[in-house]
Amino acid sequence: MNPSSMVVWRSWLLSETPQSRNQARLGRLYRGWLAFKTNRLAVVGLSLVLLLCLMALFADLLSPYSPINGGDLRTERLLGPSWEHPFGTDGQARDILSRILHGSRLTLLVVGLVAIITTPIGLLIGTASGFFGGWIDASLMRLTDIFLAFPRLILALAFVAALGPGIENAILAIAITSWPPYARLARAETLTIRDTDYLSAIRLQGASAFRIIWGHIVPICLPSVIVRVTLDMAGIILTAAGLGFLGLGAQPPLPEWGAMVADGRRFLIDQWWVPTVPGIAIFVVSLGFNLLGDGLRDVMDPKESE
Amino acid sequence: MTVDGTSTEEKLPSSTTLILFLRGTLGLFFSVLLTLLGLLLVTFLIGRVVPVDPVLAMVGDRASASVYEKARIELGLDRPLLEQFWIYLQKVLTGDFGTSVLTANKVIDDISRVFPATFELATFGILIGTLVGIPLGVMAAVRRGSLSDQFVRIFGLVGYSAPIFWLGLLSLLIFYAKLDWTAGPGRLDISYDYIVSPETGLLLLDSALQGEWEVFRNTFSHIILPASLLGYYSMAYISRMTRSLMLNELNQEYIVTARVKGLSESRIIWGHALRNAAVPLVTVIALSYANLLEGSVLTETVFAWPGLGQYLTNSLQNADMNAVLGSTIVVGVVFVGLNLFSDLLYRLLDPRVRFTR
Repeated sequence: MNPSSMVVWRSWLLSETPQSRNQARLGRLYRGWLAFKTNRLAVVGLSLVLLLCLMALFADLLSPYSPINGGDLRTERLLGPSWEHPFGTDGQARDILSRILHGSRLTLLVVGLVAIITTPIGLLIGTASGFFGGWIDASLMRLTDIFLAFPRLILALAFVAALGPGIENAILAIAITSWPPYARLARAETLTIRDTDYLSAIRLQGASAFRIIWGHIVPICLPSVIVRVTLDMAGIILTAAGLGFLGLGAQPPLPEWGAMVADGRRFLIDQWWVPTVPGIAIFVVSLGFNLLGDGLRDVMDPKESE
Repeated sequence: MTVDGTSTEEKLPSSTTLILFLRGTLGLFFSVLLTLLGLLLVTFLIGRVVPVDPVLAMVGDRASASVYEKARIELGLDRPLLEQFWIYLQKVLTGDFGTSVLTANKVIDDISRVFPATFELATFGILIGTLVGIPLGVMAAVRRGSLSDQFVRIFGLVGYSAPIFWLGLLSLLIFYAKLDWTAGPGRLDISYDYIVSPETGLLLLDSALQGEWEVFRNTFSHIILPASLLGYYSMAYISRMTRSLMLNELNQEYIVTARVKGLSESRIIWGHALRNAAVPLVTVIALSYANLLEGSVLTETVFAWPGLGQYLTNSLQNADMNAVLGSTIVVGVVFVGLNLFSDLLYRLLDPRVRFTR
């Protein structure tokens, strides 16, 4: 794109009198991006998250070795960092870099699935609770409070214990324990718009409750819930890694980072890189999500930020 | 009411406020009871969906159908689910969590044996977190935007982002294996075992009370790493909250008044602003204390700390469901209890929320 057309685009996006809904929407997004861009740490966070996505996408191309099958157990076990193996090899002569690269897929899978499962549950319970009020509100919020009052990791542990270890069950357990804040948030948002005129107008037109909630309330609650989910992603990653570390998440030989730390524990003293490198990966990714979430919150809700 | 006619007008408002206060507190207790009931329901349901057949676990898979059926009736599994839940409730409320398959002890006895270790660790941790976190938060708020503010922010972010088990391993590697500053995993070196008789179960306290200073030193050297680690995690949260609460207070008009009065800056910060921020801070500390219990599961695994967390993970790995659910209930009850405690304290300390519910 040449500079002059950039200017045209920019003025179109920042126009005070948008000609269409889409222009207004895009303009709002662009303004958000401009505000977001000034926060350097948030941009770092976004880059880290994008890096994770790229890693996951191109893991096959980037990895020099197989993440599952190791090399020669007699000569290639626990090698230190070198040109052939930038992060060394683990106890089964597998290249740690390749495992980290493939592990990014599992991390992304966990984060993505938990978000996909919990966001609709939270939205549904929260909006229904706020919209209908009365006993529905009371009982749904009581349920939410009960789940909110539990220690999350412990509850997830108990669920995994019941369902059996494995990455799918770990995802399910984390999802079951992490929807309540979204329900609370969605309810609060619903309450602020429940009595507005445009909703009354829609109701008078005879729209069903489902249609009102799905078509008119949910879209309004969605942005703040998405920000909240982003803010929670670091916590989700840490919980998943913790479950993996305890041997309850992804099972070997899957290259899940938490499980890799647990697997490398034995070599801590003499081959420190084996448990350390996957830990760094977890740390960097969750730092990225934390920074991104903070930045998003600042853009969406300047009041909260200091 | 034993109020004479003259003072009724003055007394009435205070008695209505008392009623309001009691009603609010009662509502709080009611919701806590409901939460606890929910906790038990969840653990009950988890106990029912376990893929392991409890009858099969008892009689073995070579038992005949009649033996199987008899055991099933003995366990009460033939009754309606609601009745089973009622029986379960009665058992749990009397402290009967069943028997651990792994240790062959009653789960409640196991838990009361390991709980003091976790309590000691978490308490030490929250002490560190509070004593370091509050000054850090105050400093960040007072010097807002400065380098030290940035430092506190980054310091906290690292705490939020690093997996605790990994930091634990790193700290073991550095402070124990490389530098040899602290003792390694475990609670006490074997050579010091059985010197101190367990009065309270808290080794630091027991050894100090019995004058065994060498044991005390050894215990301290063992606890300092895991406690600092847990403390660091709560510190991240406490310093962040202290900062925002302090910023809020420092913008108030009474601070300007205090400045005009000519009070020293340190008096204004510590005597006025922090004092007013202290009420919500109590809640923050209570909440992070509850979260420490959770963090202790992973920390105890890394440091081979013989507490509830390690007991829980050991039982998990051996599919010892009675022990798992028992520990879950205990942690849940403590968690809910701490929440209730912080709510009550908040109501008591802050007159503005005292009468609302």
